[in-house]
Amino acid sequence: MAMEPILTPLVREPGSYTLDFYLQRLDGYQALRKALGMTPDQVIDAVKASGLRGRGGAGFPTGMKWQFVDKKSPKAKYICCNADESEPGTFKDHLLMERNPHLLIEGCAIGCHAIGSSVAYIYIRGEFLHVQHHLEAAIAEAYKAGYLGKNIFGTGFNCDVYMHRGAGAYEAGEETALIESLEGKRAQPRIKPPFPAVEGLYNCPTAVNNVETLCNVPSIVLKGAEWFAALGPEKNGGPKLFCVSGHVVKPGVFEASMHTTVKSLIYDYAGGIANGRQLKAVIPGGSSVPILLPDQIDVPASFDGLMKAGSLLGSAGMIVMDDTTCMVWVAQNLLHFYRHESCGKCTPCREGGDWLLKMLSKIERGEGQMRDIDLLLSVADNIAGKTLCAFGDAAATPVLTTIKQFRHEFEAHIREGRCTCPADWRAKEPVGAH
Amino acid sequence: MSFHPEIPYTTGQHRSERLLSPEGEPFAFTPEQRARFEELASHYPPERRKSAVIFALFMVQEQVGYVSRSGMRHVAAVIGCTPAEVEEVATYYAMFYKQPVGTFVIQVCRTLSCALKGAERVTEEIANALHIKPGETDTTGTFTLVEVECLGACDRAPVVMVNDGWHECQRPEDAVRLLDVVRARGEAGLSGCVHRVEK
Ligand SMILES: Cc1cc2nc3c(=O)[nH]c(=O)nc-3n(C[C@H](O)[C@H](O)[C@H](O)COP(=O)(O)O)c2cc1C
Ligand code: SF4
Ligand code: FES
Repeated sequence: MAMEPILTPLVREPGSYTLDFYLQRLDGYQALRKALGMTPDQVIDAVKASGLRGRGGAGFPTGMKWQFVDKKSPKAKYICCNADESEPGTFKDHLLMERNPHLLIEGCAIGCHAIGSSVAYIYIRGEFLHVQHHLEAAIAEAYKAGYLGKNIFGTGFNCDVYMHRGAGAYEAGEETALIESLEGKRAQPRIKPPFPAVEGLYNCPTAVNNVETLCNVPSIVLKGAEWFAALGPEKNGGPKLFCVSGHVVKPGVFEASMHTTVKSLIYDYAGGIANGRQLKAVIPGGSSVPILLPDQIDVPASFDGLMKAGSLLGSAGMIVMDDTTCMVWVAQNLLHFYRHESCGKCTPCREGGDWLLKMLSKIERGEGQMRDIDLLLSVADNIAGKTLCAFGDAAATPVLTTIKQFRHEFEAHIREGRCTCPADWRAKEPVGAH
Repeated sequence: MSFHPEIPYTTGQHRSERLLSPEGEPFAFTPEQRARFEELASHYPPERRKSAVIFALFMVQEQVGYVSRSGMRHVAAVIGCTPAEVEEVATYYAMFYKQPVGTFVIQVCRTLSCALKGAERVTEEIANALHIKPGETDTTGTFTLVEVECLGACDRAPVVMVNDGWHECQRPEDAVRLLDVVRARGEAGLSGCVHRVEK
């Protein structure tokens, strides 16, 4: 369903990242002005009524998260904006921060007002150096113009927004690992509870919010919760950024409502499958969610729609694969990622991921045995649900879902002693695990 | 102990394990660097200046080319924590080099979306041209080739980073040409990020 873009209007215009552009062409900092005229509870109520759900992966209602922040605590409170964006197939926050950074800064400031905080840290992944330059410049502009700093709009509200650079770790996207990393430690998660809302950054009450989540807040304040909720299906309101990559004609970030189907995103927005080939499978929510087959994609790409279809919206990173793709190789490729990115804090994930990769590589090379398939399932089962953070489930999913949907491909590899569909876009020499 | 009948139990180096860097030349921030660091550390509560450790380590790496042990000790002294606390951070994050690297570090994204668009072949072409394997540096010390995980620009796959510079939509058949471009023009020869419509 076509929709006027709210998060990404005019992002392709030259200079869209500047303060002048934001003030003149968009409703720059009007929402912050309005929010500061409301009480923090009114802001939280508006966000709650809008039904805004976190865009970082879990889809938890943002208003509730803010309400859980212990306002009566005598300690400082913090907003941590999760700009670690490392989920394979996801690249929406990248676009927002590079082309519309003031929207994020405004969202951070409104968030601070709502939870009674005066500092927000934007934890940005280390590799985004070019984005960091834009974001830093935008923050400096906002300070200079008085939208950040002391006594904003003469209301007595103080707010500092700082950018914090990461250094290459997927796990730093997990909220408590992000907090650890911000404190200058390894990005390894904490045991919950206590949840960040009670004891987060520096043991103070903290809200961790994704970039896209915070970017939705200004329009909620400005145009109202009802307007926002009506943009999408029930409980899935607001605009959504979808990332489509892989074997499509026109990969990219598309802003649409969550009425839009996965099918429409692939065939209408992204131009269909490239090179005249057929769709084989799609991973609809970043690498950690179950695969959908071509006959399962006529469903709304919403939190609830995809859940009903047996998958998850996750980070809305849709990875599209055509009929030349070998599913054993897909599992191997993703397990290489999870093996590499596991933080190593708990044994099932650290060791299990390594074993899954070794076994998948062996099958992909054509040296597997039939019993390895059940062994894979058993190791994956011993990771999923048995780890400290959700990474464990994410690492097990590619194995479980590929074997569930494409067991015959695993069997063919083992029977024939080779990869049965080595596409021409793959390396000539098979790449092993290293 | 291996539980699989054919795969022996061998661990590759895991990021959670400890990995010693070389000692390196004696290291200290210049007064300007120190001032830059202190400005950044002021973003955090005074008793929490350790939050700036990643930033300090990037400064070491900028100067030395990798994170040396003497660099880590200096960072610990500047922050006021133990060298072990700095080392645990330096050895964890993928962007810190624990060993000297080539002048240009070619980082090819190998994760699914890039691999679907031929990233494996990009790596293969570059490795063959330089006569090295991923993870190694060529004999002239000019290029180090590494495979990295998803860089968050999967719509412009395959994505390559050279040092801190971005290079998008790298076709496998042009991969070897990239080496010449980088030799001649350094990071200025890269395609950059497509979002930069102003360039
Ligand atoms: C392994 C792992 C990696 C994650 N990576 C990210 C990430 O890169 N960006 C992000 O916004 N959320 C990420 N999350 C989700 C966060 O833990 C957290 O739920 C989110 O930042 C909350 O923000 P939201 O409520 O606005 O979605 C990750 C979670 C896990 C378990
Ligand atoms: S599940 Fe994996 S990433 Fe999460 S804490 Fe355990 S070892 Fe670390
Ligand atoms: S898979 Fe290469 S940038 Fe995401």
